[in-house]
Amino acid sequence: MYKLALPDEILLQVEKPARYIGKEVNMVEKDLKDVDVRFAMCFPDVYEIGMSHLGIQILYDMFNKMEGVYCERVYSPWVDLDRLMREHNIPLFALESQDPIKSFDFLGITIQYEMCYTNILQILDLSHIPLFSKDRTEDDPIVIGGGPCAYNPEPIAEYFDIFSLGEGEMVYEDVIRIYRENRACGGDRISFLEKVAAIDGIYVPMFYDVTYNEDGTIKEFVPNNKNAKNKIKKTIIMDLSHTYYPQKPLVPFIRATQDRVVLEIQRGCIRGCRFCQAGMIYRPVRERNIDYLKDMAVEMIKNTGHEEISLSSLSSSDYSKLKELLEFLIAELKEKGINISLPSLRVDSFSLDVMSKVQDIKKSSLTFAPEAGSQRLRNVINKGLTEEQILTGCALAFKGGWNKVKLYFMLGLPTETVSDMQGIAELSEKVAEEYYKIPKGERIGKVSVTASSSFFIPKPFTPFQWAAMCTKEEFLSRAKVVNDRMKEMLNKKSIKYNWHEADVSVLEGLLARGDRKVSKVIYNAYKAGCIYDAWGDFFNNEKWMQAISDAGIDLDFYTTRERDLEEVFPWDFIDIGVTKDFLKREWNNAKNENVTPNCKMQCQGCGAATFGGGICFENKN
Amino acid sequence: MKIRIKFAKRGAMKFISHLDVMRYFQKVIKRADIDIAYSEGFNPHQIMSFASPLGLGLTSEAEYVDIEVHSTLDSKTSLEILNKVSVPDMPVLSYKLLEDNATKAMTLVAAADYYVKFRESYEPDFDFNEAISSFLSKDSIIITKETKKSTKEIDLKPLIYDFKPYENGYFLKLAAGSVDNLKPELVFSALYAENNRSLEDISLLIKRIEVYGIKETDGKEEFIPLESFGEDIA
Repeated sequence: MYKLALPDEILLQVEKPARYIGKEVNMVEKDLKDVDVRFAMCFPDVYEIGMSHLGIQILYDMFNKMEGVYCERVYSPWVDLDRLMREHNIPLFALESQDPIKSFDFLGITIQYEMCYTNILQILDLSHIPLFSKDRTEDDPIVIGGGPCAYNPEPIAEYFDIFSLGEGEMVYEDVIRIYRENRACGGDRISFLEKVAAIDGIYVPMFYDVTYNEDGTIKEFVPNNKNAKNKIKKTIIMDLSHTYYPQKPLVPFIRATQDRVVLEIQRGCIRGCRFCQAGMIYRPVRERNIDYLKDMAVEMIKNTGHEEISLSSLSSSDYSKLKELLEFLIAELKEKGINISLPSLRVDSFSLDVMSKVQDIKKSSLTFAPEAGSQRLRNVINKGLTEEQILTGCALAFKGGWNKVKLYFMLGLPTETVSDMQGIAELSEKVAEEYYKIPKGERIGKVSVTASSSFFIPKPFTPFQWAAMCTKEEFLSRAKVVNDRMKEMLNKKSIKYNWHEADVSVLEGLLARGDRKVSKVIYNAYKAGCIYDAWGDFFNNEKWMQAISDAGIDLDFYTTRERDLEEVFPWDFIDIGVTKDFLKREWNNAKNENVTPNCKMQCQGCGAATFGGGICFENKN
Repeated sequence: MKIRIKFAKRGAMKFISHLDVMRYFQKVIKRADIDIAYSEGFNPHQIMSFASPLGLGLTSEAEYVDIEVHSTLDSKTSLEILNKVSVPDMPVLSYKLLEDNATKAMTLVAAADYYVKFRESYEPDFDFNEAISSFLSKDSIIITKETKKSTKEIDLKPLIYDFKPYENGYFLKLAAGSVDNLKPELVFSALYAENNRSLEDISLLIKRIEVYGIKETDGKEEFIPLESFGEDIA
């Protein structure tokens, strides 16, 4: 007989019960007799999203290769099951063994976006684990957080026992070893946390105290435990060609958001766009070896049966052997009926040639991310994409048979003026005009240009971490400026303009640069019933605004306030390699509209070379 | 070449929807490296068709899918390879070669066998065996079936080929296929209605045991399991 945590009566009344039964192809099964450490790996969103995340698959593979360790998965129950579990007091369980999370040694939660914070509380709550780290006992798992949002862990610090800063591949063997040693000598929860606090990349929030100045900014952030380090350096893996990578990724029964093999070709990005957090925290740039990637691609296709493979990286065009890799994939996989889905490549004759081989030109569209409407503002944000490059790329593509273009912009960037905003409409118009330069007989139908703008959110560890963010009203009035200008364009019928929700952007801004005081807001929102805030259908701005005012938090202090250069940030205790001095220099360059060359052209001494590798380091030696 | 594959859907696999089973099976075929034929066009897909969708919550020992291949290994080896890349609760049971002009499984389906049991604490509070006999002794069993657009009356009687107690549960042979598809839960709810009761959706545990097509031999029409329309490949 099979074992399921949920009875049929419940599984048959919820949407997509396959989310909760596990047993997928390539799921790891271990005999619990041979297991002494149980790790529950969580992505705090619905199954289809969580199953699409590469990082979890990598860590799942890594943990399960460790002898005696059994890593299982858990995702947020969808709202229908959430209600039933509370009603029937059913504890949250892991998919593999269907055992309660509460009985595990560790609960690891990957934190990919700010708007999942209430789902973290949902996971803890449904698992019957106390929400606050300080309330947990020896009966509770150690709760670990990781992922990009861990680079400012402070708004959620009180809910976690540990944060792992950096890439998990480096740190977990030590964490597990220390856990076993501590248990063997009869150590308790606190003694484990003290021992683990000594490892690079490990942050134990309860071992630090924060004091504030009268104006609400941070005065001091100091350890209160002798084992806690002053500064915590992220851990990263330097050799990406000799490390864990799942050769047998899990294949879900229900269609995941990523229903394909994902091949991560490199980490980091050479570009240095000043708004981009990923571009800073993942430095230095590290490529995977091409032969390793070729073998992996073939192996993963064979082991999953997926009919599509997609390349993953922050900027695939910068991978040094991209041409060779794509030619291999086309030759090896195309005839086996495998689709190759291309990430947004820089549009040039090479990428257009590749795209025409792997995509249906009539259906596919070209994507550009100018991010800003004018060259001046693109210089401010250090987006090295010129209008000429965009228009030349479009002209080439239009001649090749494409007629759909997507343009991505941001509104509310530092120094933005009305003419920068109007530039979004004007650039869209120029793209449309480029199409009509083709002789009439050679055109295939009409051109379609879709311009989308998101609202700029200053993120920690970027040159814009000091910047002011717009209010909701300001965001919307800027979107109106763009929209009004769109209506004046000659080809307005070929151009579609849409913009993001402004209220959720403002909240993201609060959570992204928040401090420990903000944790109360998240608690209040959760208690008021907020979960799945990343889903438009469930996001409730009024509840969040209430949660903010109940917590006595001044939203503007965190969002619209430009920071002083000397201000102590909540995340200053984390060392990502890239220095605060470099970020200051770049903030200054932004204000002066100075462009900074990318890492391949010239090293800017950002500090990431401290890891003793990566493209900048290799070029110097 | 046409191949008919029979597989089971056991245990927790009853929570995988028909659509997801189809997607799952496409990936099984890829993993097993079966030399399947693809349709033409810019987005070619595997030539594959399923006999009869199974509802969510039902288990089965007889799911059928027809595929078209360019070449094939023998049945025994193919079964081994397929089972190596399948999940344990959806084992492949047979792999048979069909004649080139064979009718699709989907079109053949004429009847199916089911084993039905009451879930614990959902047993009927009346003499069920007695109720079956009086139910089946009627000349007609008219029920109204609601579709999206209208309601229509159907007579279940000619669609029930067999209905009897069997090993702590009940065995049913019912009409199946695109013309007169009768679900076992409908038979049970009609029987409940006949006894002035209503059947809760969750009450029954249903397992499909076999699916049949009609074959004419010596001028006589017979129900033949779908797999018996093909031959093992030596």
